[in-house]
Amino acid sequence: MSQPIQSSTDHTAIRPDFALISQWIKPHAKVLDLGCGDGELLTHLHHQHDIRGYGVEKDDSNWLTAMENGVDVLQMDLESGLSGFEDQSFDTVILSQTLQAMHNTEGIVQEMLRVGHEAIVTFPNFGYWRNRFQIVFGNMPVSKTLPYQWYDTPNVHLCTIDDFDAFCTKHHIAIIERKVITDGQDIQFLPNFLGNLAMYRLKSA
Amino acid sequence: MSENNSVGLVAPQSAHFDTPLPLKSGEVLPQYHLTYETYGELNADKSNAVLICHALSGNHHVAGKYKESDKSAGWWDNLVGPGRPLDTNKFFVIGVNNLGGCHGSSGPSNTNPATDRPYSATFPVVTVEDWVQSQARLMDYLGIQQLAAVIGGSLGGMQALQWAIAFPDRVKHALVIASAPNLTAQNMAFNEVARQAIITDPEFHDGDYYNYGVVPRRGLRIARMLGHITYLSDDVMGAKFGRKLRDGTIKYSFDVEFEMESYLRYQGDKFAGEFDANTYLRMTRALDYFDPALDYGGNLSAALAHVKAKFLVVSFTSDWRFSPARSKEIVKALLDNEISVRYAEVTAAHGHDAFLMPDPHYHAIMRSYLAKVKV
Repeated sequence: MSQPIQSSTDHTAIRPDFALISQWIKPHAKVLDLGCGDGELLTHLHHQHDIRGYGVEKDDSNWLTAMENGVDVLQMDLESGLSGFEDQSFDTVILSQTLQAMHNTEGIVQEMLRVGHEAIVTFPNFGYWRNRFQIVFGNMPVSKTLPYQWYDTPNVHLCTIDDFDAFCTKHHIAIIERKVITDGQDIQFLPNFLGNLAMYRLKSA
Repeated sequence: MSENNSVGLVAPQSAHFDTPLPLKSGEVLPQYHLTYETYGELNADKSNAVLICHALSGNHHVAGKYKESDKSAGWWDNLVGPGRPLDTNKFFVIGVNNLGGCHGSSGPSNTNPATDRPYSATFPVVTVEDWVQSQARLMDYLGIQQLAAVIGGSLGGMQALQWAIAFPDRVKHALVIASAPNLTAQNMAFNEVARQAIITDPEFHDGDYYNYGVVPRRGLRIARMLGHITYLSDDVMGAKFGRKLRDGTIKYSFDVEFEMESYLRYQGDKFAGEFDANTYLRMTRALDYFDPALDYGGNLSAALAHVKAKFLVVSFTSDWRFSPARSKEIVKALLDNEISVRYAEVTAAHGHDAFLMPDPHYHAIMRSYLAKVKV
């Protein structure tokens, strides 16, 4: 699974969401990154926390780049679940900006919490004011976090922060921590309106 | 692939072993020899050796030609050579013919030194574990303590896996391609049909056909035809032959009418002319018996608990004889032990045979992985 929203072209600085994810990872943790792309996050976490990381990536060319970057990367399709992974075999399972492109959204979150003690899920907040304004003015939102046109987007399950909160309640998922950011800036006030990227740290309730 | 990336002209070598080899079956091979080939140069600290394990019908002749006029090069020539994915400028590559084989190493068609007659049916049934033990002795003979990598496809992949299990300190990387942690019942069933074809051939003579001056050709031929069907995908057979008629018209006969039949008969004839039936029986049995999890109550993860090698596991989407699902079982067992593993599922049309094809993405994977192997 590629990272459909944001590709990292800036190699001098770590993506702000990756920096925040890093704060939620314990030293030497065993981490599974679903849709790991070129492996940038795992490489960062390895340098920061000496983690034992594995990545899952479906796309051939991302897979190859991740391997060349030294990542233990497994070519699997997340849509078919995580049957190759034991229950509670990872400290943290990460799904970074991939949830919205999954068909089996409910399944993958449940699988993450089966395989990991904790899960980290990040996604572009569809409730962000710029998205709302674009719709009000008659267009599907196109932005830095949603860079696609309606006809070529891989995103099939976009949601707002409020929607995801409700999703967690309905599926008995406990939110350990939530961060909302816009261009790397922490958003405390009206997050579902002012935040463009939502980050959740989850566990089974 | 340009000719100048070839390892060029090569010659097989032979190593004799006098120390008896205890086999998994309980039998002992008092003495034996192994035929092997090498490509590239062993470096000063002997850290750049890569062993290639062959599959059912393979042998030690992995790359290069014996003479310029040879019609074809070694069986994995597209992978091995200076500048090729397994770069002989960096690595010292070893190909070995397995015990029980028919291309030089001790096997049923060789003369048993104890009797001065061919071993025939008396050559023991050898296993993947026995092969790996004998290969380790060859490494001792060559002065190689630790292999930079062991690489194998199919039955060869089982040997690479077994190396990592049996000699955790002697393998740094195991490349397990189009393989499985054991055979499924369906897979073993194909082997049984192949063996029955051979054994029921009137010219098999209980494996003693050498003494009758005959070869169970019909059996071998059918065994190989069956094998070929299972190594290809339905799509590839369709694309290659479809329903094409050889002479453009239906003749209402049982001769070769369809192109596919012509291909299978050709492959069968060719194989029957150069392969030994007793070897075929043993190779298929080695496939059937391999099951490292068996001693651990079926728990492959437990069987791999002491593995230290890093792994590259590769499967091919259209390979139904060694399906991606089987490779994933190996991956899961490695994950359970927190062993370093990279797993690629290559989109390929060629079925099981894909592991021998120079698919660009597949070869890019091999090249990138091997480029990072430190020597």
